[in-house]
Amino acid sequence: MASQEVLREEPSRGSFINDPRVRGIFFQALVLVLLVAGVWWVTHNVIVNLARLHIASGFGFLKGRAGFDISESAIAYSSDSTYFRAILVGFINTVIVAVVGIITATIIGFIVGIGRLSRNWLIRKICTVYVEIFRNIPPLLVIFFWYSGVLAVLPPPRESINLPFGSFLNQRGFYFPRAIWGEGSWLILVALLLGIAMAWFVARKARQRQMATGQPFPVLWTSIALIVGLPLLAYALSGFPLSFEFPKQSTFNLVGGFQVRPEFLSLYLALSCYTAAFIAEIVRAGIRGVSTGQTEAAAALGLRSGSILRLVVVPQAMRIVIPPLTSQYLNLTKNSSLAIAIGYPDLTATAGTVLNQTGQAVEGVVIMMAVYLALSLITSAIMNVVNARMALVER
Amino acid sequence: MQEHDMSWVRTEMTLAQPAPSSERGLTAWIRKNLIATTGDAILTIVGIALVAMILPQIVNWAFINAQWIGPDRSVCATVAQGGIQPDGWTGACWAFVNAKFGQFMFGTYPVEERWRPIVVAILFVALLVPLLIPRVPRKGLNAILLFLALPVVAFVLLVGGMFGLPHVETSRWGGLLVTLSLSFVGIAVSLPIGIVLALGRRSNMPIVKLLCVIFIETVRGIPLITVLFFASVMLPLFLPAGVSFDKFLRALIGVSLFAAAYMAEVVRGGLQAIPKGQYEGADSLGLSYWQKMGLVVMPQALKLVIPGIVNTFIGMFKDTSLVIVISMFDLLGIVKQNFSDANWATPQTARSGLVFAAFIFWLFCFGMSRYSMYTERRLDTGHKR
Repeated sequence: MASQEVLREEPSRGSFINDPRVRGIFFQALVLVLLVAGVWWVTHNVIVNLARLHIASGFGFLKGRAGFDISESAIAYSSDSTYFRAILVGFINTVIVAVVGIITATIIGFIVGIGRLSRNWLIRKICTVYVEIFRNIPPLLVIFFWYSGVLAVLPPPRESINLPFGSFLNQRGFYFPRAIWGEGSWLILVALLLGIAMAWFVARKARQRQMATGQPFPVLWTSIALIVGLPLLAYALSGFPLSFEFPKQSTFNLVGGFQVRPEFLSLYLALSCYTAAFIAEIVRAGIRGVSTGQTEAAAALGLRSGSILRLVVVPQAMRIVIPPLTSQYLNLTKNSSLAIAIGYPDLTATAGTVLNQTGQAVEGVVIMMAVYLALSLITSAIMNVVNARMALVER
Repeated sequence: MQEHDMSWVRTEMTLAQPAPSSERGLTAWIRKNLIATTGDAILTIVGIALVAMILPQIVNWAFINAQWIGPDRSVCATVAQGGIQPDGWTGACWAFVNAKFGQFMFGTYPVEERWRPIVVAILFVALLVPLLIPRVPRKGLNAILLFLALPVVAFVLLVGGMFGLPHVETSRWGGLLVTLSLSFVGIAVSLPIGIVLALGRRSNMPIVKLLCVIFIETVRGIPLITVLFFASVMLPLFLPAGVSFDKFLRALIGVSLFAAAYMAEVVRGGLQAIPKGQYEGADSLGLSYWQKMGLVVMPQALKLVIPGIVNTFIGMFKDTSLVIVISMFDLLGIVKQNFSDANWATPQTARSGLVFAAFIFWLFCFGMSRYSMYTERRLDTGHKR
């Protein structure tokens, strides 16, 4: 007892220089001072430099007239629109290419990843070659390859390649029929939403019934019937309001239809192919991470191979797959900024143009960083929700 | 007990029989690996069809129809395009790569000075190869020469302006020279910075920790292009008027900082995987913080994350191609720049140049990933489950 008292009263014999707490505080104070000094110096320099270049700081410039055209825009835009609208157009383009790219990359990635685990030697090798090629070349090179190597050397519009469903492929991109929604076509949309809702409800009920009684219900076919059948019914009932505008040959170009420009096409294809190689590896690792004991136990319970995959292997594999998959989605979103190299007007490209025109370098870069950070955070938030639903529920 | 008249106990094993013929040889292999089930057979047929459709075209294009040498575009263009090839010809234009090879390697580095990058490359290989072969002794000296002496020598040789070597502006550098020097410096700089950031992120000092987290998460959340923009547009604003940075140096800073953030996360993963007992053991021996980290924790942690580190290196090597957006010409940039050479503009030029660049990038990245797999196996000392 006494010795403990003595120990407590004598904290440290050494010099206070060797006390980790004092050292920690001193070191942090040093870092803080250096940081503040650095920030002050940088801010001072920026202010001096901006004054020298006669650039007003602040985000007021966003209201100015943009004065440049954007080749692709999902919302109304002309060169008379504001800088803000120009950046918004770029942002929407980034989101479009990221979302479409993520969906395609996931599909290709899962197919290739499962293919690498196939019993079939040929399929396995084809998938391995795919992964090893795309993982080891820069994404920018893949984009250039699609853009200058493949799409740019397609035939000119007059000799367009005819594809099924009245679509065409030529130097200027990919043309497909544009849907024209006539009077009463809102009914189709409502029917589609209703179909999805009903399918979800049926799936839920079927699950509950199977849990309670063990009797299965053909959910898949019912869902397909509901999701496809209801809109078709609505289409017929509302008097076939949907028509298509087909692209047509004119003297120099294709007229009508919906045009997908080669810039978007090459960016989309390149990002999908490139990211798919990484997703394939993640999927492979995920499936291999589920021990064979699980598969064997499921087989011993009498499940069929399809059910084993769906009910036992995939749910466990998804737990391993989702976190790295999230970072691949983030990578794809960030890689979409490579669009600037081929002139697809994404956020980086439009914000870069605005930055060059106005000289508002600080604000431009801040906007870019903020938007990409926000996109990253939103994507990870969504994937975290998915992950939480998939995660192992332990007692 | 019943007596047996006839009993026989085998005293030696029978010789192993060869596997039945249905389990041996090519037929068995085909049966197992290609046509095990109906589904497999269908997949095989699809696969063969795919290969049969693509492979002959690739071989035809890259080798059989390819043009290897030639003075200008005429060898790679059809008659209709103003060349000598028959109509409908498609083949690789390796003549273009051949003619531009010097540029692809050195950019516009003066021709009479190109021995300098070549000497640097030879030194680099001579120092790197022994470092990569585990049996060669004196790794420490080798590493010092490679990471401290070589950069100095390379700087003197490449930039010049001293010892009677004429000065070469970095704006004249290009091609593989830029790709390799950017990634070498990036790798050499980002690993130590990454380690420091990772230690900072796991430190007990709240301010240091906060700063490291902010830096790492911000950089990881934005694309490299934005970082390069930052380095090229904003760094000049941050410095006093009149002070200007070399563009090459700016790109270098951008790429290194970017890679350092990713490296920090990889190293952090390794640090977290080291059991607490190791830290406590080092503490109980009375080691200081840096001794503990340098002698006990880091050697184990870095060994664990070699694949991650190499992956970051590979990523960075590929990312150097992005310097094209701040108008520097690395291998990919210079290849792309040469598409616009009227002397060589044919429909095949772009494809050939890009395939060549892809091949070079692929060689380096594939080599790195294979070497990391080899190291991983060699260093696998049984700690991992």
